Amino acid sequence: MTIAGAEVGSGKAAEAPPNRTLWILLGIAVALMLGRALGLLPDWLIRLPDWMIPPTAEWLDAIFAFVQNDLGLLQVTRAIAGGLEYLLDATANLLYGKRRWPYLGPIPWSAIAAVAAVLGYFLGGWRMAALAGGTFVWTALIGQWEIAMQTMSVLVVAAPFAFLIGLLLGIAAWKYRAFDMALRPILSVLQTLPFFTYLLPAVIFFKVGPTAGAVATIVYALPPMILMTTLGLKKVPPEVVEAGKMSGCTRWQMLTRVYLPAARTELLVGVNQVIMLCLAMVVLTAFIGMPGLGAKLLAMMGSFKLGRSFEIGVTIVLLAITLDRLSKAWVVRQPVHFERGTPWWQRHVFLLAGAGAFVLFYVLAQFVEILNEVGIRQNLSQGREIDALIKSVLDIDAVQAVTQWLRWFLNVQILIPFRNSLLWIPTPAFILLVTALSYWVGGRRPAIYAAVFFSIVALSGWWDRSVITLYTVISAVILATLIGIPVAIAAARTEKWSRRMLLVCDSAQTFPSFIYLIPAIMLFGVNDVAVIFSILIFAMVPLMRYTIEGLRTVPPEMTEAADMSGATRRQKLMSVQIPLALPTMAVGFNQAIMFAFFMVIVAAFIGTQDLGQELQRTLAGSDIGKNIVLGMNVSLMALTFDMAILAWANRRERALGLTK
Amino acid sequence: MSEQTPVISARNVWKLFGAEPRKYLAAMPAGRSYDEIRADGYIAGVKNVDIDVGRGEMLVIMGLSGSGKSTLVRCFSRLHDITGGTIAVEGQDIMSLSENELIELRRRKMGMVFQSFGLLPHRTVLENVAFPLEMRGQDRHARRERALEVIKLVGLEGREDYFPRELSGGQQQRVGIARSLAIEPDIWFLDEPFSALDPLIRREMQDEFLRLQDMLGKTIVFITHDFDEALRLADRIAIMKEGAIEQCDTPDRIVLDPQTDYVRKFTEDIDKARVVHAAVLARPLNGSVPDGEPVEAGATVRDLARQLVNDNRASLPVADKGGTVIGALDRREALEILLGAEA
Repeated sequence: MTIAGAEVGSGKAAEAPPNRTLWILLGIAVALMLGRALGLLPDWLIRLPDWMIPPTAEWLDAIFAFVQNDLGLLQVTRAIAGGLEYLLDATANLLYGKRRWPYLGPIPWSAIAAVAAVLGYFLGGWRMAALAGGTFVWTALIGQWEIAMQTMSVLVVAAPFAFLIGLLLGIAAWKYRAFDMALRPILSVLQTLPFFTYLLPAVIFFKVGPTAGAVATIVYALPPMILMTTLGLKKVPPEVVEAGKMSGCTRWQMLTRVYLPAARTELLVGVNQVIMLCLAMVVLTAFIGMPGLGAKLLAMMGSFKLGRSFEIGVTIVLLAITLDRLSKAWVVRQPVHFERGTPWWQRHVFLLAGAGAFVLFYVLAQFVEILNEVGIRQNLSQGREIDALIKSVLDIDAVQAVTQWLRWFLNVQILIPFRNSLLWIPTPAFILLVTALSYWVGGRRPAIYAAVFFSIVALSGWWDRSVITLYTVISAVILATLIGIPVAIAAARTEKWSRRMLLVCDSAQTFPSFIYLIPAIMLFGVNDVAVIFSILIFAMVPLMRYTIEGLRTVPPEMTEAADMSGATRRQKLMSVQIPLALPTMAVGFNQAIMFAFFMVIVAAFIGTQDLGQELQRTLAGSDIGKNIVLGMNVSLMALTFDMAILAWANRRERALGLTK
Repeated sequence: MSEQTPVISARNVWKLFGAEPRKYLAAMPAGRSYDEIRADGYIAGVKNVDIDVGRGEMLVIMGLSGSGKSTLVRCFSRLHDITGGTIAVEGQDIMSLSENELIELRRRKMGMVFQSFGLLPHRTVLENVAFPLEMRGQDRHARRERALEVIKLVGLEGREDYFPRELSGGQQQRVGIARSLAIEPDIWFLDEPFSALDPLIRREMQDEFLRLQDMLGKTIVFITHDFDEALRLADRIAIMKEGAIEQCDTPDRIVLDPQTDYVRKFTEDIDKARVVHAAVLARPLNGSVPDGEPVEAGATVRDLARQLVNDNRASLPVADKGGTVIGALDRREALEILLGAEA
């Protein structure tokens, strides 16, 4: 640690010789706070007076009204919505029998499960077949087939669209530098924008229902696909490109026969991310009244039916793991050659098996009703029993005592005082403190952004709620760090535990955020501690993951050098491994903050007093201006941290010579 | 086009990398050195190169990494646009070609082999080899026939349906070679084709390459950083340093008469006896033919070692393949090369 500390210090000193800027920023902030403590500070320096706050929301409303009605954008979007709705109705018909064209559905659950199993076997052998088939069998038997298919019907439409649009935009960004430069900041904002801000415009422009859900989902899943496309195309080896050119490819041939196939791996990673983000978002569209797993979960949690919530949670988790594993298996799957003269049926054996299984179960289901549909009486749901079990466990005195004490301790001793002190800080002082922090961590540019971004937040008129949002995020991330980092360090000591822990983190990362509310509500009920707890476990995942990865990827010759210098395990950790892993750990820390900003909005469901709560309220009406102002506040705060921390990690990596 | 016209003719070719290379080159005073150019913020990939490649010739461009040899060959095929000078391929200025004409040129006349193979990972051996044919729109049947033919030529029969990752390095490069030959190019560029291979495989591939060249007789530009390889294969060697050609000559001349210190350094550790041929040492006959059995013009000094030591004539007659005496070889001179003059 001493090495890292010394170097960070000297690095700073080299940048701005006497560190004067930092001290000036801090000095003014402290002076302002002292002023407030002594009661000398005028009111307009504590909080911006109302007359200074521009009516941004109203302006935005006016702009939207203009674009929507006068420019006729609404016609365009409604036309798109029409086409999309047609597709959504078709999948809805096939998957759960909505009475729309093509009037064929619903497909028996057993046929879908069988095809899933064959697909699983094709991509990853027996284990994958069991996972994929098992997930669908579970879903049917537990009696959630229809709601799961409501979710899937949107997913199967949204994911291909997100893939295609992302691919095209990614190619454009790769081809045209100017477009890339214009797109990047937009993508950064999109990736930090709370999902509520995706939902409301979607509802307004694409009318309530599955269409709006699909549109919000597509937009939400776009950024990683665009980034992976650009990355993959840039990574095609120059000699492959030259080989293409020397073969006399035209531009179109270059793109379709050389670049895109050679970028296959990255494109498929993009597909994986698109699918996972689509699932996460489709579940969240419950907030705009979309039926499906998310809506059911929301309803069950709202009425505190923990057993059913738990079962739906398991379904969502299984679905997430299945989709993730299958698409990842597709990434690593390489084409294998067939010997000359292999008959046609052998080359396409999986296709035939899939079709065969489908037909077999489709026909069987016509005669055996249970293979077609699992009725309410037949399903194996143990909702009430699990509910009783969970409640009885929670009722055990010891458990009660622990959770209640934790609740009291965290609330009274830590959270409330922390929150109140943040709220007490005068607005200008707060902005200066954040700026100083950004300056210290990231340098000049991030500091300027921090000052501008937080000033905009102050001018938005939602300062107190923004501070509360920030307080929630900070508390949760600090707690996550305190718990997650030591666990990760312990796990990183052996290969075996690293692998196990990474597997857990990888799986946990694929769960839609909603899932994390279940244990939080179970343990702590509906209050601030549950909010913090749900964010904490959600944010801990990337934190642990990157810490383990950072520690495990320290070059072996360095740890060997430490061993040969006679370092104890502790010395090796403190002076070799952690300093070298720190840039990677910082990326994890950054992601933890981003995840926390995301989760804090989801947690509005539990009942918070922050921006998320206000955002959720806007969904009821058509307050689009307010919705965007609130969303931008969250995004701007998140981006401030994002830029400062990543700037630090990059500089550190370069200083350590870890980048090529 | 006559036999004498060079296939590739480069005049004052410059390739600069930097912000505005054309503008810089136009304003640059003559005789500026590599380091001065670098101080101005530009890298001279190719620096004022003049070279001709004759029909059927094998020119080996040789130099350390970063000397500009790969850049030069990419200028020949216009994978790089040159900054100054002219490059003519079969008399046609390639910088004046439109995109379509350039594509056409590459589809008909040029083949290239890459150091790390540059195979398309998603295509089988057959599909990789047929790729250039596919690009020029040949029908499926014809390109399959031709591809199978070249695959057989490079000795990969039976592996047509394998994917590149299922092959060893040497086999992958055979695919690269087959692909570059599929269109029956007139000009064949090979960019360090064997550098990525193990020494044993490399030797085997060189032999294979010589066999192919014997059979096909193409015009070849071959790049290597391995002097032994250059000596083994070349009709002529061009040695490059910092973008410029230091010397371009036959292997014998390079070894016997290095023109710069840089070239001399290269040749120092070379066993000259293995490189120098009797023909090069033969002095013109001044009317009198030395007595006795003539030695072969194509033999190296090393080949003649025993005879040189045991013979006691002052000079030996040198005869070409037809048996005509073309000159006389001074035995002392040859012995000195054999024993290593400097040592």
